[in-house]
Amino acid sequence: MSNPAVLSSTIAGADAVRGELSGPRGPKPRSVLSRRNIFLYGTLFLVAVYYLLPLYVMVVTSLKGMPEIRLGNIFSPPVEITFEPWVKAWSTACTGLNCDGLSRGFWNSVRITVPSVILSIALASVNGYALANWRFKGADIFFTILIVGAFIPYQVMLYPIVIILREIGLYGSLWGLVLVHSIFGMPILTLLFRNYFASLPDELFRAARVDGAGFWGIYLRIMVPMSMPIFVVALIIQITGIWNDFLFGVVYTRPDTYPMTVQLNNIVNSVQGVKEYNVNMAATLITGLVPLIIYFVSGKLFVRGIAAGAVKG
Amino acid sequence: MSVSMKSERPSRLFRNLNAKIASVPMILTALVVFVGGTAWTVLYSFTNSRLLPRLNFVGLDQYYRLWAAPRWLVSIENLLIYGVLSLIFSLVIGFLLAAMLDRKIRFEDTFRTIFLYPFALSFIVTGLVWQWLLNPEFGIQGVIRGLGWESFNFDPLYNSSIVIYGVLIAALWQGTGLVMCLMLAGLRGIDEDIWKAARVDGIPTWRTYVSIIIPMMRPVFITTLVIIASGIVKVYDLVVAQTSGGPGIASEVPAKYVYDYMFFAQNLGQGFAASTMMLLTVVIVIVPWAYLEFGRRGRT
Repeated sequence: MSNPAVLSSTIAGADAVRGELSGPRGPKPRSVLSRRNIFLYGTLFLVAVYYLLPLYVMVVTSLKGMPEIRLGNIFSPPVEITFEPWVKAWSTACTGLNCDGLSRGFWNSVRITVPSVILSIALASVNGYALANWRFKGADIFFTILIVGAFIPYQVMLYPIVIILREIGLYGSLWGLVLVHSIFGMPILTLLFRNYFASLPDELFRAARVDGAGFWGIYLRIMVPMSMPIFVVALIIQITGIWNDFLFGVVYTRPDTYPMTVQLNNIVNSVQGVKEYNVNMAATLITGLVPLIIYFVSGKLFVRGIAAGAVKG
Repeated sequence: MSVSMKSERPSRLFRNLNAKIASVPMILTALVVFVGGTAWTVLYSFTNSRLLPRLNFVGLDQYYRLWAAPRWLVSIENLLIYGVLSLIFSLVIGFLLAAMLDRKIRFEDTFRTIFLYPFALSFIVTGLVWQWLLNPEFGIQGVIRGLGWESFNFDPLYNSSIVIYGVLIAALWQGTGLVMCLMLAGLRGIDEDIWKAARVDGIPTWRTYVSIIIPMMRPVFITTLVIIASGIVKVYDLVVAQTSGGPGIASEVPAKYVYDYMFFAQNLGQGFAASTMMLLTVVIVIVPWAYLEFGRRGRT
């Protein structure tokens, strides 16, 4: 099985996205109001409305008071704008016995995401560099196993990892989860870095070797500074992926270290108490805000990242 | 590896040492977690482990029990319906959107940004938003009833016979943007001359797509198919957030079965057997594809 080839074609596709999305090519269409154009733009517009609707409903619901939600319909804009649901979602919403809102989950997620992103990118970039420039016998076998492993459902490996973490004393801690994220980020990131480093001109590497630079010297002084775009792509994949993770969070942490997604689910789907839809939607929106901001800021780099990261599922 | 024959250098093991050190995490992940972990789970699926894993072999007992469990059968049925429909719909919708964006339109970037943003959101957020939108009292059903159509009925999350379609709607909203992006990359990779040639020959646009473009995009379709399929098997968070498997057990999926048996029901053996079945499903999807893709290429 040589899965790497297909995965690299995925990344090649992503590269095509980057290269070709700079703008439509060819001559401009002649008439703007032809039948074809009305149909085309009309359809696209309707689909766009459909895609935007949930976001819109989330925003307006989170700005209404409960009485207004009970009376009105979900699509109507708020009559009286209130930020109370946001405040409540952030600082006093309850999960079970804890009533300190989403803020705890938010900071847990930050404390999980930052080290996970740094560790996973550091490990994978050095590893990709070794695979691209310092190949040793047997390296490709391990790499193939790693890539094939990316297709194994996580459920198969959940319990063995529980045992490993328990043995090294990290089960239930934030660092255990950081380790898990680094492990499962490895296939896609290693592939990403390996392919990128392999595409850099070989002369650079050889010239540095002649000048006496060693493994780490070339990595730090030549490879890293030359590869900033791919580091940004890796950063986007990892931040959104780890922030959005639910399964690993719920399996490998305890209630006081739950990441934001797990806490959000517990707040909204808790069975006790009256359902406060406005608070729920505010909480949902706050949780989605981080990846949304990254998405809108990073633009085309995100497209590149997801096309590569999609393999991770 | 052992000491080399003519040894000016002390050992082959230490040649290129730094690269090997750098690869230690990869080697450990590949061997211990991926190979070791998988083998461990498969092995223990033949035992009657309950609260703790024990090597007390009971043959295929766990599998017999699994395939007799109504909840597992519902999970498999849901996965089939959800899987087939989400494959078809996301490929069709993704391709149509990509084709429309490829017609040299204005505001292409804006439309693409809008179609893709749900993909940045987690399944938890997606599930919770659609849980709200499909709320029978206040959501879409409530709004349309409020407009005067009193008998309008659309409450997938509370109707066990159609609940999986409610999950499907949310999943398609979240995932079609990705398919569209992959398809758009494929469309952009097609030579402009082919379009010109088709136009000169007077072939209508739809015909060009069906007979020329789509066959040319075969590799893109296959890659996309594999990506969607491996995501489908793993579907878990979406169901947890949107329905919690309910009403009753109507929207259970295999990944949730595994989790619940391992960490709630304290019936590890069942969990291992179920996860092994998930692995088998992936193998059934991936191996024929890998064979078709690489087996053929290898021979020529």
